[in-house]
Amino acid sequence: MLTLFIIIPLFGAFVIFLVGKYSKNISYFMGWIVPAFLSVLALSLVGTKETLTYQIGGWVQPLGITLVGDGLSLFFLPVINIIVFAAAVFSIPYIEKYTSKWIYFALFLVMQASMNAVVLTGDIFNLFIWIEVGGLASYALVCYKVEPEALESSFKYAVLNSVGLLFVLFGIGLLYAYTSTLNMAEIGRILHERPNLKLVGFVTVLFFTGFGLKSAIVPFHSWLPDAHSSAPSPVSALLSGVLIKSLGIYTLLRIMFNVFGFNLYISKLFIFLGLLSIITGGILAIYQKDMKRLLAYSTISQVGYIIFSFGLGTPLGMFAGFFHLVNHAAAKSLLFLTSGAVLHVTGEREMGKLGGLREKMPVTAFTSMVGSMSVSGVPPFGGFWSKLVIIIAAVQAREFLGASVAVGISIVTLAYYLKLQKNVFFGELKPVWNNIKEAPWMMCFSMILLAILCIGLGALLLPGVRAVFITPAVNVLAGGMQYCNAVLRI
Amino acid sequence: MVEYFLCMVLFCLGLYAILIKRNLIKIIIGLAIMEYAMNLFFILLGYKKGATVPIFSSLTEPHPEVMVDPVAQAMVVANVVIGLAVTFILVIIAILIYEKYGTFDIRDVNKLKG
Repeated sequence: MLTLFIIIPLFGAFVIFLVGKYSKNISYFMGWIVPAFLSVLALSLVGTKETLTYQIGGWVQPLGITLVGDGLSLFFLPVINIIVFAAAVFSIPYIEKYTSKWIYFALFLVMQASMNAVVLTGDIFNLFIWIEVGGLASYALVCYKVEPEALESSFKYAVLNSVGLLFVLFGIGLLYAYTSTLNMAEIGRILHERPNLKLVGFVTVLFFTGFGLKSAIVPFHSWLPDAHSSAPSPVSALLSGVLIKSLGIYTLLRIMFNVFGFNLYISKLFIFLGLLSIITGGILAIYQKDMKRLLAYSTISQVGYIIFSFGLGTPLGMFAGFFHLVNHAAAKSLLFLTSGAVLHVTGEREMGKLGGLREKMPVTAFTSMVGSMSVSGVPPFGGFWSKLVIIIAAVQAREFLGASVAVGISIVTLAYYLKLQKNVFFGELKPVWNNIKEAPWMMCFSMILLAILCIGLGALLLPGVRAVFITPAVNVLAGGMQYCNAVLRI
Repeated sequence: MVEYFLCMVLFCLGLYAILIKRNLIKIIIGLAIMEYAMNLFFILLGYKKGATVPIFSSLTEPHPEVMVDPVAQAMVVANVVIGLAVTFILVIIAILIYEKYGTFDIRDVNKLKG
């Protein structure tokens, strides 16, 4: 069952590589049917009580590669696959003007396979390999347009991420030398039996460098605005919505909470870096003139919120982190898709040159409004509730400074989203844009789908829904070392 | 011990090249040096003095204690493949940048700011 999440997209990519050159309809069809099928499959797995494991090739643990589907993995799977589905449907009209569309969809599916594999694998070297595979697909997709800016940002992205991953590899080597195993549960168990604080401290720093680069927390954020703003819009939606969350935040959480065990130092590091990201991203976003760059800086700020609330270490904080992660994935993907629709219709992304598009593109304007309000935290959208819970959790954990920063920057967030709305969709319609039409129906479909998600996700706060979707993930993180026992079945 | 030290020196040399050099090709070479340093590190982890290759020549008398660690070598093979792919894509991007900008110097490749 768990292997399907990896095999099906890889098989789809293979089919596209074989026949996509001759028939573009097959690559379009594979492009959306695979994520749609996997979304349904992932949703059907939600609510599984026990920890699912699968041994690749039938090798016993801890020798072979294990796939682990526990609460945390099963929480991430539907998020990833639904957003990939929306972005894939949006891509079909969007890439009409570019050449070699089949390569685009093949890379898209490879990226999906790598994200699914990262959240499912229980082997630390396998995790590294899949992160590199996802990274490679995304480097190629960022420079898909082959424009000077795209090439420059892709080079920067590729070099920074490769260096970060080499640090991760160094850390894996040190862990392997100490524990003689690559199974994450076994590593956790051995580190628990024979603690070695010096080693764990050094490896923590190495992993923070590598995975911090992937998840773009502040000292390592410099690749993100360039890569996000120059990539094709559905790819930016994917990068910002799920790639940095599954490859960056998920791996950080899994290793810090379940393998090393959460302690005070890691908590302080999470809180410090989170607050730094919130402030830096929020303040830099105000000054941006480019629509997609503004959204990219906003991503840095919101990732800071997520990291901060996980750093609190209380069950309520973890719940708030997961809640905000889902809300941000839906809302930010939606915003990148609406910016893509504007870009597709007008070919312009400077906010100063747009304006008044509300009359011509009602669906885009409305969905963009929903997304902006959700990220900036206006009731009754999902983003309001998750920010509220983050602030309540911070006050309960006696982080008054963090709580006040979170409140202050959420006002700043509202300010720059209002700027975006005012400059692009409201105000006077410039005469240049008199002849534009609404985006194609496929784009509207995926934007409306995500807008419905943005409004509906507030329901995750209700106790019954929360118990099914988020509580299992919180239990895995709060359980800490119980992950090792559950996987090894001791 | 000294070989681990030299391995780290190689790693830092690659990092130095990435941080200081201004030519795109030299940056890619720096990355390759770092990758080789990491591969060397893994080989050193699995090395045992006087040990043989990890292949069982007879099933009746296996001697796993006189063999080097095969897992580390398997990881190196996987890492070499990944490194090849990364180098490949970086070189292609560098060639395309040369076509668009007419230079390999990163000081002139600066359309993105902030």
